[in-house]
Amino acid sequence: MNKIKQYVLTVILILFSGIPFPANAVETDEILNVSYDPTRELYRDYNELFAQYWEKETGRKVNIRQSHGGSGKQARAVIDGLKADVVTLALAYDIDEISAQSKLIPPNWQQNLPRNSSPYTSTIVFLVRKGNPKGIKDWNDLIKPGVEVITPNPKTSGGARWNYLAAWGYVLNRELGDLKKINNPENAAEVNAAEKKAQEFIAELYKHVPVLDSGARGATTTFAQRGIGDVLLAWENEAFLSINQLGADKFDIVVPPISILAEPPVAVVDKVVDKRGTRKIAEAYLKYLYSPEAQRLAARHFYRPAYPEKADPADIARFAKTKLFTIDEVFGGWRKAQKAHFFDGGIFDRIYQPGYK
Amino acid sequence: MFINILKSTDKRPGLNPPLIVNMAITVIALGFLFLFVIMPLIIVLKEAFSAGLSLWWASISEKDALAALRLTLLVAAIAVPVNLVFGLAASWALAKFRFKGKSLIITLIDLPFAVSPVVSGLIYVLLFGLHGWFGPWLAEHDLQIIFAVPGIVLATVFVTFPFVARELIPLMSEQGTDEEQAALSLGASGWQTFRRVTLPNIKWGLMYGIILCNARAMGEFGAVSVVSGHIRGETNTLPLQVEVLYNEYNFVAAFAVASLLAGLALVTLALKSIVEWKSKHD
Repeated sequence: MNKIKQYVLTVILILFSGIPFPANAVETDEILNVSYDPTRELYRDYNELFAQYWEKETGRKVNIRQSHGGSGKQARAVIDGLKADVVTLALAYDIDEISAQSKLIPPNWQQNLPRNSSPYTSTIVFLVRKGNPKGIKDWNDLIKPGVEVITPNPKTSGGARWNYLAAWGYVLNRELGDLKKINNPENAAEVNAAEKKAQEFIAELYKHVPVLDSGARGATTTFAQRGIGDVLLAWENEAFLSINQLGADKFDIVVPPISILAEPPVAVVDKVVDKRGTRKIAEAYLKYLYSPEAQRLAARHFYRPAYPEKADPADIARFAKTKLFTIDEVFGGWRKAQKAHFFDGGIFDRIYQPGYK
Repeated sequence: MFINILKSTDKRPGLNPPLIVNMAITVIALGFLFLFVIMPLIIVLKEAFSAGLSLWWASISEKDALAALRLTLLVAAIAVPVNLVFGLAASWALAKFRFKGKSLIITLIDLPFAVSPVVSGLIYVLLFGLHGWFGPWLAEHDLQIIFAVPGIVLATVFVTFPFVARELIPLMSEQGTDEEQAALSLGASGWQTFRRVTLPNIKWGLMYGIILCNARAMGEFGAVSVVSGHIRGETNTLPLQVEVLYNEYNFVAAFAVASLLAGLALVTLALKSIVEWKSKHD
């Protein structure tokens, strides 16, 4: 019976020592980076690079804690109280949401760092089976009969929204000949007609999608591991990574003649860093992403760096030159795009019918 | 052997189906067992060791995997005793006494079984999240419940809540209160009665409940995933770590950690069999 008493005592001790944990018992510098799915490999290397830099600059050790998940889900967690010092997400809208719903970040956050606070960018490309058996070269080839397209659900996945918007921009460009016409009121009728075409194209495109995964990584696994579909619409970095990890003999990358400039932005979570006293290091952490070392690292991980001249030319040469349009010029920014296309009752809801034929 | 499995000692024809039916039922049962239980287990082990023993060892002795193992054991070490105390108290009260609202309480104890684990997790986000009921108060006092260890423990306690009580209530009801009444009338105190009479009677049922509770506590994914925050090496339990590794194209490591989890489950099963065997021979 003595043993049982000891056991009970131990359990009680564990209970009372363990709950509640104080939120910040920081001894060495410590920050939490809440990021989206495809940046795992990039930040694993970058965190090491930054730790070295920080120790050299200040003589202090830093421990960077890292969390990954779907971009929208991660934003939700920060809103619900995940104490991120910095967020590095897939699209500006998710950081806008954190700002709007929790006031942890000021609304003008995107002006705090150069290049729309996006130290690295990417674009949307096609990953096809080796030899490109279905002959997919441009967006229009995606809706050829018999082609199965893999793309995640734009309601939940940041990458999927970039895919969708890239396809939309392609149609507008094809119909208008020049994307500059969009912002000129004189062309309103012509733009309207083009948007109608775009909607038809998107509706047709999603009829070719057999499964909507919830995130970009899930879609990549569906295509690459489970062998479903003829073409995966993917982040360029994710496409390169799949080839690297899963075999260059299995897939080819096809870069369409026109695509979207995807800018995954970064931001300091002001309220959190002020409370934890980590502002200085959090700001340095993001600023250092623009340094030549970090830009080189980003290029090595298949992101198009904000300053390509700072990166290794051999890495830059891997990126095919293609026409890239921004979300601002075609959609008037993320907030507008989100509202028109992805909110409940938006265009995506109207065109997408589950269960394709 | 086929025949023996289903053969009843009763000689009435309805209780002894023909050989062909016997065989068919046995084959279907074993086939299902193989297809849905044994084969997946084999695949997990095969994938885990597909790149050799040293890589398997490297995968499970890696820093984040060890942290996940530690967290999983810590969570189980808290959740199981909590639910043991609760389950004992609840089933004692429910089985040995009569009062109003008894069936309501039994229904409530079953609630975690009925609710999806994801919902269980969301409940805690709604309670302790920054914008939840207690969120502002917690933030003011610098206390972190969700996206930290306490939240994971709470979610696990909720999900594993019914196991011990559910195991004990039928057992205790069946045993009735005669022995306890005898003990009390002979002058034993309440605590003595519990320790000397009730506890020995239910010990195997109790063990069984603890084992099931423990298995679920270590394996829970949904509820924990919602409240974890997925911070590497900090708030990832073993099941979450498996998902993380799988998403990183690290298939060997994912299956290695999965095999560790399966190992824990097999140990649990072995313990369970021992308990069952012991209780029969006691």
